[in-house]
Amino acid sequence: MSELMLDGNAAAGVLHEIFAVEMTTAVGTCANCGAAGEVGAVQLYRGAGLALRCPSCEAVLMKIVTSGRRAWVDLRGLRTLQLDA
Amino acid sequence: MAEVVEVRPETSRTKTIAFDVSDWPGHRAGQHVDVRLTAEDGYQAERSYSIASATDASRLELTVERLDDGEVSPYLTEELRPGDAIELRGPVGGYFVWNPGAQGNVLLVGGGSGVVPLMAMARQRSAEGSTIPTRMLYSARSWEDVIYRDELAQLANEDGFDVVYTLTRTQPSGWEGYDRRVDRDLLAEVAPAPGALEVAFVCGPTPFVEAVAGALVELGHEPLRIKTERFGPTGG
Amino acid sequence: MPLISRGFHGRQSEGPSDRIPPGQHLVDDFPVLSAGPTPHTPLEEWTFTIEGGAEPASWTWEEFRALPSEEVTADIHCVTKWSKLDTVWRGVSLDTLLGLVEHDAGYLLAFCDGGYTTNLPLEHVTDGKAWIAYDYDGEPLEPEHGGPARMLVPHLYFWKSAKWIRGFRLQDEDEPGFWESNGYHILGDPWLEQRYWGD
Repeated sequence: MSELMLDGNAAAGVLHEIFAVEMTTAVGTCANCGAAGEVGAVQLYRGAGLALRCPSCEAVLMKIVTSGRRAWVDLRGLRTLQLDA
Repeated sequence: MAEVVEVRPETSRTKTIAFDVSDWPGHRAGQHVDVRLTAEDGYQAERSYSIASATDASRLELTVERLDDGEVSPYLTEELRPGDAIELRGPVGGYFVWNPGAQGNVLLVGGGSGVVPLMAMARQRSAEGSTIPTRMLYSARSWEDVIYRDELAQLANEDGFDVVYTLTRTQPSGWEGYDRRVDRDLLAEVAPAPGALEVAFVCGPTPFVEAVAGALVELGHEPLRIKTERFGPTGG
Repeated sequence: MPLISRGFHGRQSEGPSDRIPPGQHLVDDFPVLSAGPTPHTPLEEWTFTIEGGAEPASWTWEEFRALPSEEVTADIHCVTKWSKLDTVWRGVSLDTLLGLVEHDAGYLLAFCDGGYTTNLPLEHVTDGKAWIAYDYDGEPLEPEHGGPARMLVPHLYFWKSAKWIRGFRLQDEDEPGFWESNGYHILGDPWLEQRYWGD
């Protein structure tokens, strides 16, 4: 818990720009502990880039770095992502 | 691109800004937009603001609280005038939206400017003619800081909607309502019973949201039924 | 081309432009950014460890504070575009620490409470370029700014100045850390504006 923490929903704009689908209601499964939940409900931290963390075990689910023209996304912390069509 | 059509004060520190947005796709109550400002030297600042208005084809309203040491909020509340254009991205945030199931019993808990997306939900509920039992718990510093006061009084006349205030710093004389920060006991009195809660939306400064969400869980509410929107350390 | 917002100036301060790298703006406050929750390791449990040398070396908090330290005044530059001039720190120089370990490595990978890592070539942390800092502005470094101790490498973007550092591993290769492995530049020289891969 931290005063700096936001909800994954706060990254909705960036996520939509990158993935072009509604990501906040996608259900992710944590590769570290197996907990599953909506991306909108995960922990969001803003460092040099964005780090989305599992609300159960605090492991990094996703890292996002954006420059004006490119974005880098590390999804290794997610075992799987379930998106509605 | 969004063009300002109106700026109107709500309280001494908040204003509602109405925009016409070309190609606005409409939105769902609870969603937000990302506003980006660019200075002439290229300096940029970006902030997210919850949409205050109910779903509407072309017009979008944001309610912004001016933070004394803020960078974007003083610009939006004091500089912007009708005719100005700003860049915004959205609407986004399908996770935190009004979409209760038929069971009803919705709890909306807002701290300070956290009431903004909850007001969008209340307005949407009213526009739909919904009778889903909905209670808003609104924590504000004083009666003068309550945004949308008159409109909330009107909405409270409608079927199944009511507002409970807690004024944490100063209260008007004769005030008989709550006068302290939202805590577990207060929520026990105000929230529906754990099994009867369809969904709770909690929004405001991060410490407020964490205290409220934590207390709701302690009272036995299912964590998955508690949706949070943390505004950060100081709020919107 | 972004839309210019009429009348918007932001909160930038005026400052000497020869000290502000390209694309940066001066700030008066000290913004707090973090990739994770603030750790709170009790000092009785805190250790600093150097791995990868001839023998591992480790210090407790008391032992670390007994090492020679110095006051450092530096300008700092965050890749998110804020810069802050004349920040004052106290810490142990990497020259001191590396002098206590026998090694022939060319690089280090710093590791921290909470799991953050960052990589640095040794030539960028020697000859008075880097410290493990535990005081800021005359006071013990606050947890939100990396206390009890953080790396301080002011000539590079501040993501290299890893908060909550607990040690580093000496290595033969430049292994990308937490952010370097996902888009941020392997070195990060603000004067060459090395923010991202390919810059």
